[in-house]
Amino acid sequence: MTNGINEILNTDVIFILGSNTTENHPVIGAKIRQARLNGAKIIVAEPRKIDLAKDAEVFLKIKPGTNTALLNALMNVVLEEGLQDKEFIAERTENFEELEAAVKKYTPEYAAGICEVSAEDIRKAARLYASAEKASIIYCMGITQHSTGVNNVMSISNLAMLCGNLGKESSGVNPLRGQNNVQGSCDMGALPNVFPGYQPVAKPEVIEKFEAAWNVKLSSKPGLTVPEMMKAAGEGSIKFMYIMGENPMVSDPDTNHVKHVLEHVDFLVVQDIFMTETAEYADVILPAAAFAEKDGTFSNTERRVQRVRKAVEPAGSAKADWVILMELMNKLGYDKSYNSPDEIMDEIASVTPSYGGISYDRLECVGIQWPCPNKEHAGTPYLHKGSFSRGKGLFKGIEHKDSAETTDKEYPFILTTGRVLYHYHTRTMTGRVDGLNAKVSENYAEINPAAAAKLGVGEGDVIKITSRRGTVDIKARLTEKVNENVVFIPFHFAEASANVLTNSELDPVSKTPELKVCAVAIQAK
Amino acid sequence: MVNLTINGQKVQAANGTTILKAAESIGIKIPTFCYDERLVAHGACRICVVEVAGARSLMASCTVPVTEGMIVQTHSPSVIETRKDILRLILANHPLDCLTCEKAGNCKLQDYCYEYDIKESGIVGTKKNYPIDDSNPFFSLDRNKCIMCGKCIRVDNELQCTGAINYNSRGFNTHVGIPYDRELEQSTCVSCGNCVSACPVGALSSKNHAKFRSWEVKTVRTTCSYCGVGCQMDLQVKDNKVVGVEPVNMAPNDGLLCVKGKYGYRFIDHPDRLKTPLIKKDGSFVAATWDEAYDLIADKMRNVKENYGSDAFGGFSSARCTNEENYLMQKLFRAVVGTNNIDHCARL
Ligand code: SF4
Ligand code: SF4
Ligand code: FES
Repeated sequence: MTNGINEILNTDVIFILGSNTTENHPVIGAKIRQARLNGAKIIVAEPRKIDLAKDAEVFLKIKPGTNTALLNALMNVVLEEGLQDKEFIAERTENFEELEAAVKKYTPEYAAGICEVSAEDIRKAARLYASAEKASIIYCMGITQHSTGVNNVMSISNLAMLCGNLGKESSGVNPLRGQNNVQGSCDMGALPNVFPGYQPVAKPEVIEKFEAAWNVKLSSKPGLTVPEMMKAAGEGSIKFMYIMGENPMVSDPDTNHVKHVLEHVDFLVVQDIFMTETAEYADVILPAAAFAEKDGTFSNTERRVQRVRKAVEPAGSAKADWVILMELMNKLGYDKSYNSPDEIMDEIASVTPSYGGISYDRLECVGIQWPCPNKEHAGTPYLHKGSFSRGKGLFKGIEHKDSAETTDKEYPFILTTGRVLYHYHTRTMTGRVDGLNAKVSENYAEINPAAAAKLGVGEGDVIKITSRRGTVDIKARLTEKVNENVVFIPFHFAEASANVLTNSELDPVSKTPELKVCAVAIQAK
Repeated sequence: MVNLTINGQKVQAANGTTILKAAESIGIKIPTFCYDERLVAHGACRICVVEVAGARSLMASCTVPVTEGMIVQTHSPSVIETRKDILRLILANHPLDCLTCEKAGNCKLQDYCYEYDIKESGIVGTKKNYPIDDSNPFFSLDRNKCIMCGKCIRVDNELQCTGAINYNSRGFNTHVGIPYDRELEQSTCVSCGNCVSACPVGALSSKNHAKFRSWEVKTVRTTCSYCGVGCQMDLQVKDNKVVGVEPVNMAPNDGLLCVKGKYGYRFIDHPDRLKTPLIKKDGSFVAATWDEAYDLIADKMRNVKENYGSDAFGGFSSARCTNEENYLMQKLFRAVVGTNNIDHCARL
């Protein structure tokens, strides 16, 4: 997030796209509603009539995969009606002409046809967002999990810059990070192209720095992303896989392919707290400590580095992941040892400029938001004050592109996936909590009653959903939440798993799979 | 700044500060039931009354702002008598269930009755006789123990903003409920438990899976391990077991949690936990020692590296693990294995 979570409370307009906030980031959902009680207006653009839609001034029930068209149309209205922030554009941005030219054809009427919403609602939303003193855009996987995900994200920053709603308190672009420490994993360089602190592996001076710090020779060849590694392992060029705390058998698209890979890779190590669907395929399983059994830090979605503290002893002979990794490194002849995670944090701070001032003694009472370059620095609540990381903000003209798979005669429905309040990811943890299972005990597909009627399907009937990659039998839940041409399946469940159906087509830049749109056929059973 | 005197002590407080807060700032504790610093004070319970010189009646210290020259007594005889009367009135229709009540030890009513020496009500009152609402899997509502402080309703409507519960009926029969007096499970309740965390007595209480008394637990502050909000929470620990979770009133969550943070902790000591390294032999897993597992992995790694090179490795780090662990995972792959084939589930 470019803003802090509590800045939401003082926003005038909150524009939520591709985020079912009250179910997936519930406490932020509550803060959005507190802001509404304080007078903030809410705009929601989502393919499903999520709970927040009822709090919205304007609700745009867009067709899945049409975010860029919608955003272009909003900008078209802003420019048409002269609502842009001319000063901000002149002082802090460049390449405005390209944007202006690109959004020209996206009149509300034109976009309404693509997005399946009303042109008038597009106008209303544009006026509301553009005229706000402080406006915050909140988005999540509904924006990024598309083959056009990066385009969607760039369109969002186009809109924010156009209206000058960036780089100030309570105004910004705020992606919500889904998992507790996805922000931190990225910050720590658990990415194939960057070291900790986003320092590129392809830069010679960066390689030199880390070679000196770690006292080894390093590779400057950018590595492969998760989907690329899956592909490489399927083709046999990756022989050894080490999976820590992930369950790709349920979370990744195209389960049949994942299964093929895990079965065929030469050697698979899985480190986890439970026997997951993925661990079943391992050659060696290492039992890890759960969060309450270890010390460490997580970095939340507002870049706040916060302490995790050990409350109980690990189950059986399980060990904290950091202990396992350290001991394995030592076995392999790399002799560095740490007595506790705070020593690891000191090393992190020494090589990661944005974490430079972070140490456990400073985190004792309250977390710190990075960038925090030195010990005297108090942290950074919101980003891009005064300037962007690259200097001027760059506008990019972006065309709407259809999803990789569109509906046709054979596969007439769009399948979109997501989470529910009571479960988390692949249910490794929540599936073992009775009360949460009592709330949502089995998988289901949301289907519009009119569509169901045409198929002769009633509430609770088992239906067969087929995509080009697989088939699942699943209970139908009839609801107006989805439009007639859309079905929704939560991806938590290994049974009738949504990801048997989903498309592993990637965004060419971010390599994020298109989990939010694929074409499916539905039959009554 | 305003100058005033509390219990004979001179105090300075910022404009708009309540008497309650000003007293707190010099270490004087005034009892409260309905007060919650996150909510607009509404002065319902009056247990916080104090004597202000020149005022005609006692004043609710949680609502009244300090004024210049104010002279306040927080524990004068008339204040204490009034507080005792309030407690007696509450007890008149409160079940004296302390022996088995989940809240014992952490109940404001119990604490204040102790502090003000109230053994029994002495008032013959009509006892309430509501059925216990046990419909929610995580907590129950016993309206017989409710002291009508209204905190749960205000937390629900003003902070959580779900608006599931409200006041039903009027007068003596006023009670916390949902429309048409159906059970909680029939409402829009999202089981966040934020009302439970706010309830000062045992009316709203978690269905604990382990028995514990509040004085038996130690609390450990940590960060929720589910979503990216990063809520701050106190784990309650008894005998090496997490038995409960309470929200912390600080950024980013300001005393709120969702159902996963509040009640999703019971996986920690689940019997299914992996407790020993496992090595697959002839298609099934066999328990192994850590050294056996490490040696096997290290051998295999050396072997693959020799025959196929460093880029034949793929490492999947985890957005569920700590920063320190992610750092070490990428360091293992980069510095020890020699490849940049390291990634995690950021895109999922
Ligand atoms: S249930 Fe608890 S919080 Fe709610 S009004 Fe009664 S005593 Fe107060
Ligand atoms: S309590 Fe809920 S909202 Fe807060 S971090 Fe945990 S899962 Fe997220
Ligand atoms: S605490 Fe002041 S009136 Fe209840």
